[in-house]
Amino acid sequence: MTSATRTTDVISIRQRVLPQPLFSLVLLAVWLLAQGKLELSTVIGGVILALVLPALTYRFTDTFPKVRRVRPLIQYIVIVMWDILIANLTVARLILGPTRKLKPIFLEVPVKLTNPYAITIFAATISLTPGTVSANLSGDRKTLLVHALTSDDPDAEIQLMKARYEAPLLEVFQ
Amino acid sequence: MILTYAIATAFGIVSAAILLNAYRLFQGPDVLDRVVALDTMNINAIALLLLAGIWWSTDLFFEAALLIAMMGFVGTVGLARFLLRGDLIE
Amino acid sequence: MEELPLYLQSIIAALIIFGAIFAFIGSLGLAKLPDFYMRLHGPTKATTLGLGAMLVGSMVYFSVTKGSLTLHEILITLFLFITAPVSAHILSKSAIRSRIYDSTGMVEEKTRELF
Repeated sequence: MTSATRTTDVISIRQRVLPQPLFSLVLLAVWLLAQGKLELSTVIGGVILALVLPALTYRFTDTFPKVRRVRPLIQYIVIVMWDILIANLTVARLILGPTRKLKPIFLEVPVKLTNPYAITIFAATISLTPGTVSANLSGDRKTLLVHALTSDDPDAEIQLMKARYEAPLLEVFQ
Repeated sequence: MILTYAIATAFGIVSAAILLNAYRLFQGPDVLDRVVALDTMNINAIALLLLAGIWWSTDLFFEAALLIAMMGFVGTVGLARFLLRGDLIE
Repeated sequence: MEELPLYLQSIIAALIIFGAIFAFIGSLGLAKLPDFYMRLHGPTKATTLGLGAMLVGSMVYFSVTKGSLTLHEILITLFLFITAPVSAHILSKSAIRSRIYDSTGMVEEKTRELF
């Protein structure tokens, strides 16, 4: 009984002092990067900001989904960074090649993710990877309209996107 | 030495890119095309600032580049949103 | 500019030229491609990576000349990689809303159906 109340106390204290630990960490990192030097004064300033800003603003933001598994997330980041490099070479080739060979098309990608932040990450990934830019999200957040610069096989493209980017995100966040 | 030539060349290439953006900016045909052209111009301007920073070996330009990056994004989203809804804050 | 050893100069030079070429290709796509949605591809991808490469070059340069690791260029890179897809998305969203049609005529259909 007492231990149960104590844990809830701890949780509520943690929620009041540090409602969004990840956000605080990012704020601190950005602050230190912007300062460009690692001194005691800048670190103290950064820690104060990282504690005060989330505490003031967390009521206004939606909840960022909980990262359930870290390993798939790291794998995902590596895959996406590699794909960004490939994407740029592909798009460069397409732009430099003859324009009339391009077959632009709109694809409708069904979205299984539910959290708005997770969908945002998915859409941003699509925009940064080969030949596709996310263009619109339907009102019920179930379909993402994606513009592809050129596509010979739209259905395969959709399946690839879902398997390569959405599946790992589902694993990380849900 | 190599670096001097490389930076000079890069200045030339990025300037040419900015000219292409200017072409799209004047050509249109839609307002949104012009917004995209301005946004790209912003990014190319950041590139020029970075090159200038290496050329004169100073990091004074870094803050300017960061400011342009942030203001450029806010400006683009503001314009796009204005064109989307006809008003910025509902 | 300070004199650096040749191999460092070559690395930085290669990164800068690579970045400049990609920035140029992005802008070329913006100028050359026939409809609005296709034009968006250039700036969101090629230009962002081009600037990323130049920023890495600048990072290497300042880390070497100052003798300490300089990381604050990462801030610009990260910022651009986060914002580029967002602005592309909102731009094409408002293009669909204001009924700018693409060359295949698909936007019209899709806007009726879904959005």
